[in-house]
Amino acid sequence: MNAPVPPPVACGGIDLHQEHGQRAVFCGLTGIVWLHRKIQDAFFLVVGSRTCAHLIQSAAGVMIFAEPRFATAIIDERDLAGIADANEELDRVVTRLIERRPDIKLLFLVGSCPSEVIKLDLSRAAQRLSGRLAPVRVLNYSGSGIETTFTQGEDACLAALVPELPRAPAEAAPSLLIVGALADVVEDQFLRIFSAMGIADVRFLPARRAGAMPAVGRNTRYLLAQPFLADTARALHERGARRLAAPFPLGTEGTTGWLRAAAEAFGIDDVTFAAATAAGRARSETALAPHREKLAGKRVFFFPDSQLEVPLARFLARELGVDLVEVGTPYLHRAHLAAEIEMLPAGTRVTEGQSLDDQMDRCRAARPDLTVCGLGLANPLEAEGLSTKWSIELLFTPVQGYEQAGDLAELFARPLRRRALLEV
Amino acid sequence: MQLTLWTYEGPPHIGAMRVATAMTGLHYVLHAPQGDTYADLLFTMIERRDARPPVTYTTFRAQDLGRDTAELFKTSVAAAYARFQPQAMIVGASCTAELIQDDPGGLAKALDLPIPVIPLELPAYQKKENWGASETFYRLVRALAGAPTPRPAREPNRRPLCNILGPTALGFRHRDDLIEIRRLLDRIGIDVNVVAPLGASPADLGRLKDADFNVVLYPETARSAAEYLKKSFGQPFTKEVPLGVGATNRFVAEVAALAGVDPAPILDGPGSRLPWYSRSVDSTYLTAKRVFVFGDATHAIGIARMAARELGFTVVGLGTYSREFAREVRAEAAEHGIEALITDDYLDVESAIRAAAPELVLGTQMERHVAKRLGIPCAVISAPVHVQDFPARYAPQMGFEGANVLFDTLVHPLMMGLEEHLLGMFREDPEFHDGVGPSHLGGTARAVAATVAPAVTEAAPILLDEPVTITTAPWAPEAEKELKKIPFFVRGKARSNTEKFARERRLPLITLETLYDAKAHYGR
Repeated sequence: MNAPVPPPVACGGIDLHQEHGQRAVFCGLTGIVWLHRKIQDAFFLVVGSRTCAHLIQSAAGVMIFAEPRFATAIIDERDLAGIADANEELDRVVTRLIERRPDIKLLFLVGSCPSEVIKLDLSRAAQRLSGRLAPVRVLNYSGSGIETTFTQGEDACLAALVPELPRAPAEAAPSLLIVGALADVVEDQFLRIFSAMGIADVRFLPARRAGAMPAVGRNTRYLLAQPFLADTARALHERGARRLAAPFPLGTEGTTGWLRAAAEAFGIDDVTFAAATAAGRARSETALAPHREKLAGKRVFFFPDSQLEVPLARFLARELGVDLVEVGTPYLHRAHLAAEIEMLPAGTRVTEGQSLDDQMDRCRAARPDLTVCGLGLANPLEAEGLSTKWSIELLFTPVQGYEQAGDLAELFARPLRRRALLEV
Repeated sequence: MQLTLWTYEGPPHIGAMRVATAMTGLHYVLHAPQGDTYADLLFTMIERRDARPPVTYTTFRAQDLGRDTAELFKTSVAAAYARFQPQAMIVGASCTAELIQDDPGGLAKALDLPIPVIPLELPAYQKKENWGASETFYRLVRALAGAPTPRPAREPNRRPLCNILGPTALGFRHRDDLIEIRRLLDRIGIDVNVVAPLGASPADLGRLKDADFNVVLYPETARSAAEYLKKSFGQPFTKEVPLGVGATNRFVAEVAALAGVDPAPILDGPGSRLPWYSRSVDSTYLTAKRVFVFGDATHAIGIARMAARELGFTVVGLGTYSREFAREVRAEAAEHGIEALITDDYLDVESAIRAAAPELVLGTQMERHVAKRLGIPCAVISAPVHVQDFPARYAPQMGFEGANVLFDTLVHPLMMGLEEHLLGMFREDPEFHDGVGPSHLGGTARAVAATVAPAVTEAAPILLDEPVTITTAPWAPEAEKELKKIPFFVRGKARSNTEKFARERRLPLITLETLYDAKAHYGR
């Protein structure tokens, strides 16, 4: 709370601040809500408290009723009395669950704050259960709030998958791996562009099915599709794969930069690259133009949420002409975001971490035209006369690539258009 | 460990937040890990509140655990006091902080703030949201209502004065119930002293003792506090919950007796439209409609009673997730000749609904989805609810207007009598054939409804109670044909009755005779 703010840290040309205090963010468990849609035969079992179950229920909204493949094993008093009991209980719950859902091929035991604090060893539980339930594979990762913030849950999940990936033969031809959950439609668009460039062997992590996870080896080159994948990248590096430095595929410029990194690594000539991307770039530009009129010159403030803030701010500033008041991010991975930081307007205030009340004071004082924030803050800020864009939608909506650039801009333009429309 | 997908109630600290958010001038410091702030959005989104809940979270992380989380808690309390300047504070731990055992009460006391700081013990691994709300309100009242004193006699010329206890933030229709009840009390000359927790400040809780008696609207949140006030200040409190016309009349009589006033201005007045609507001939079709009721104890009991006595439904299932009030719900179920379902596992509720084969389900958001899956009409009568059940319009459940609202709510999902009659008469017509569902169910649901009978065996996602697999005799073609002549809205019941009849008698084939034998048997 109100800890003294450390002096700015040098990082590219931006004005970087670090802040400590109360944080208003989701924990990593929330990632389950989109990950379970992506990996179609995986089940996510949170080992936690009633709070965890309530959180997922609140975050998943009506999705909770659509036969989702996630649940919570709620720890109760009896489990707390002795850890040995908790292991037996967990085995019982999991065995029953798998009996009832024979379609499940991959089970994630997802750690929470309570399970971490009582040091329930979920990795041993996963090993034990993998042996017992074969061919169902059981993995574990932590989505606890004490360790992970929102999208870091996906990072932890994918990092748990990496050691399990098949080994690509040493003499295999170079292959391209796209890392980070994307909407199926976006994956398919990228596949078409890579194919037009002549890069045939393109795989995705996570794959849509547990049995189809990509192989990885010394000849694997990977592109991060999301900025929050620090641990996954580290695990891939340990398997010999190499990261292609690139901006993130948001907006025309980001998408082109991201695709170009792959083109350069695979020796694609400029003419082929231009031919493969020209149509997409043109459509993206066309779709962005009307939004630029509405957004240019508007002042935007980002509260920290998903680590997407820096690439989004870069897109808004460079392609739509907005002025950035403050760009909050829960965590800034300087290496993965190097290209993004480079492109941010010089002097942009970037805040890593959060002290909620202080940040709200700054936001109120600045009175931005648009505030990007979580759902706990959005209505209160609207009631104070500030337009907001709730940030979670940026995770659930397909926003990457050329075809989505207009949709992405629309997400930011819509609150302003609505405010202008309303007469009461 | 309990495998859970849907929870009817959050953890107990959510209950404490509902009390803190309801009040003014109170601040809650919650020792909780990063991520627990998700709870804010229940208030800002579902209830559409225009301000953040008055809650400061310590949001500790793994690196803080190695250091001093106790120090972090103290700093947070001090900072929250400095920033918000509340009249009083409550402090406590969420489930994870309960495990690290920092003692929020002791730590806050060490700060020696110049306001009351009330520690909350909310056992997160045993108790749930409603208990948390009740306990928080009780602790606040205990700490702030003042020293116990005998109640002085009321001055002769003063109007009787009561407190209204129970409405909270995120309460199902609490906002409008309160308006309705205030209106009723005013009509018979009773003044309201303090409404709490909703809208009350800590200072207001200090004035609770000035009232002559207490009106308890929601026993789940207010009964403990009311019992304390009775013991400490001799204030009696109301037991009747005014859900439905009969209960409202009894409530008015009870309140009038406690206040020593005449209830006639209300009891002889116009009252609710429900009695006439329910007697009008269009409602004849409601007679003995099979209804399944599930919700918090207060709403389940009140609405089951009203459904049976004021709408003429047959209550075929009654249950609650409020274990604290299981006794009361069991007693009400016995009145309907059934056994109460006390569970917080929605899969149990789902199988009970399947087994009871009701024509209408009254429940929470979850029962709404179960009913949708089964193709049964449904209305929401209890928390937990989504955003649509915090409506913009005036929509109380309690009092006479509440009874009007409930009549509409309970009847609209069913087909109107005339519509049902026409569909029965013209069921062979292409527009009205049985494949066409009622328009309010999207027109396609009927195909699903037909499978409410044992024909349904596709398992729910993690159905823990496997449907019992008993072989049912096949239908002879002419019996099957005859079954199709029965109006589709009772056909499911006819099919299941006939099949049950055949099973019990181990008949090898269901013939025309079996169909009519079963009809006679169950029609007795």
